[in-house]
Amino acid sequence: MTNSPSKLLDNAVYEFSKLPGIGKRTALRLVLHLLRKSEEEVNVFGQSMIDLRKNIKRCKICNNISDTDTCNICSSPSRDTTTVCVVENIKEVIAVENTAQFHGLYHVLGGLISPMDGIGPSDLDFDGLLHRIRAGGVREIILALSATPEGDTTNFYIYRKLGNLPVEITTLARGVAVGDELEYADEVTLGRSIMNRIKFEAT
Amino acid sequence: MYLKKLSLINFKNFEHVELEFSEKINCFTGLNGIGKTNLLDAIYYLSFCKSYFNQIDSQNIKHDTDFFVIQGEFVRQERLEMIYCGLKSGKKKIFKRNDKEYEKLSEHIGLIPAVIISPDDNTLIIGGSEERRKYIDSVISQFDADYLHRLIKYNRILMQRNKMLKDFSAQKTVFKETLDIYDEQLAAEGSVIFSKRLDFIDKLLPIFQKYYSLISKGQETVDLIFKSQLLEANFIEMLQAARNKDMMLEYTSVGIHKDDLSLELQNRAIKKIGSQGQQKTYLAALKFAQYEFLKSVSGLKPILLLDDIFDKFDSERVGQIIELTADADFGQIFITDTNENRIKNALSQISVKSNVYSIEKNTIELEQK
Ligand SMILES: Nc1ncnc2c1ncn2[C@@H]1O[C@H](COP(=O)(O)OP(=O)(O)OP(=O)(O)O)[C@@H](O)[C@H]1O
Ligand SMILES: [Mg+2]
Ligand SMILES: [Zn+2]
Repeated sequence: MTNSPSKLLDNAVYEFSKLPGIGKRTALRLVLHLLRKSEEEVNVFGQSMIDLRKNIKRCKICNNISDTDTCNICSSPSRDTTTVCVVENIKEVIAVENTAQFHGLYHVLGGLISPMDGIGPSDLDFDGLLHRIRAGGVREIILALSATPEGDTTNFYIYRKLGNLPVEITTLARGVAVGDELEYADEVTLGRSIMNRIKFEAT
Repeated sequence: MYLKKLSLINFKNFEHVELEFSEKINCFTGLNGIGKTNLLDAIYYLSFCKSYFNQIDSQNIKHDTDFFVIQGEFVRQERLEMIYCGLKSGKKKIFKRNDKEYEKLSEHIGLIPAVIISPDDNTLIIGGSEERRKYIDSVISQFDADYLHRLIKYNRILMQRNKMLKDFSAQKTVFKETLDIYDEQLAAEGSVIFSKRLDFIDKLLPIFQKYYSLISKGQETVDLIFKSQLLEANFIEMLQAARNKDMMLEYTSVGIHKDDLSLELQNRAIKKIGSQGQQKTYLAALKFAQYEFLKSVSGLKPILLLDDIFDKFDSERVGQIIELTADADFGQIFITDTNENRIKNALSQISVKSNVYSIEKNTIELEQK
């Protein structure tokens, strides 16, 4: 890249190469591809990124991404509002939705308790979850966090917070081995473990 | 169980080697620095997914090349097992069993049990408590996958707890709530790890004492004493009692990460009173005990790797060790020695099949008996 003909090209390549899974060579290939397109096409591409960043919202109920204040899951009349599945991030919402086995609502925490990653409990949305339960109508909370030490820590944390509230706490039946992360579990296994959830026991 | 064939490409000083072995005794002889220990290390790799001597994988790639391959053909419970280990610099290490790649290296540990005795073992005696915990952990992990999982989890939680103590404000209530959870998680894993360690040392001790007196033919008494804070108190209560202190120290001051094993000769620390030969005997007896223990739990005879073991031993102890390991209680053995005559002499005293490989710069010559 040292004797590159264009600073503009370099900038674009650099931005692409910051994306996960994209190396310098792939970045260059993508940028050259865009250069072969018409100016209008590239404008549409760029504008969609700008719009995404600017207009995307977090659902004010569950923190899922959404175009509107309330996401399409929370606002759907066909979902079972008595069951809330607690997940780490949006990827896990997508993974569970792909199983087509779950019809309740979600609560996206925004991560797991992990001081090593600079994440303490106050960085995650436990308050929103408590608020939803106190508001009434929720009968079951499903803890669907990764089976990692950090997932366990977070499960225990929630369990203690919810201790005296009249709500049943369950967890996934683990066909998913310890250490496996939810997003990598295959759909069938994940679907099955959502169906066969078990009472959460703090041991 | 035994290693039938070994093939190396660009591993340490070897560009390309293919060797076939005896089911019983195999010796590598040659000058200093010719690669005898490296051959043992390649075998060690196939068992433990890593080098015994150099924990940095990429440094085991032959200088000026960018990958290595170690392949072994084992006969295990009458079935052929092809184990492949490949490393390309900058890439993740690939491990395969019969052409199928492992998802996690920990799945392989225990398949090919092995025990190595090397001059480096004396870090067990002279090193800190960490060395002795590492030793205990590596032996138990070889036959108990649950132990390894718990240990990984314990260490992870410990790191998180220490980081919490260091970085997060002790003023906040969430801090205390989270520490409570870490305490419970540490106690849950730690208590199991503790009792497994205790149980292991308990079983190892009499075997160790037997081998020590066999090799030394002496009256000296030896002892292994397991030290743990958990012997005295309940783990969770200890964590709670140490909470304020931990907050000041910014790390976790109690737990199984403080366990130690005290190695004693005549009721004193071997580190202080043992001669070099006595220390070497002590370590060899410990490894033989480990061997017998692993054999009884796995039902397989582990591969025994003896690096420079005859150095510092008098001829009587050399004879004892050769006789001992040639016995049917032991399986396949690999021995290195710079002194070809010494090894051939010792082998002539026994009547088992043995191969001697004399290693030179560009050739490896095999002599079979
Ligand atoms: N990555 C590497 N690439 C090339 N050579 C290496 C590499 N790593 C180690 N070596 C060489 O291997 C040699 C050491 O081999 P090894 O320790 O097996 O010798 P040895 O035959 O056991 O000797 P001794 O009798 O002294 O114990 C050294 O000369 C070292 O330079
Ligand atoms: Mg050597
Ligand atoms: Zn929502």
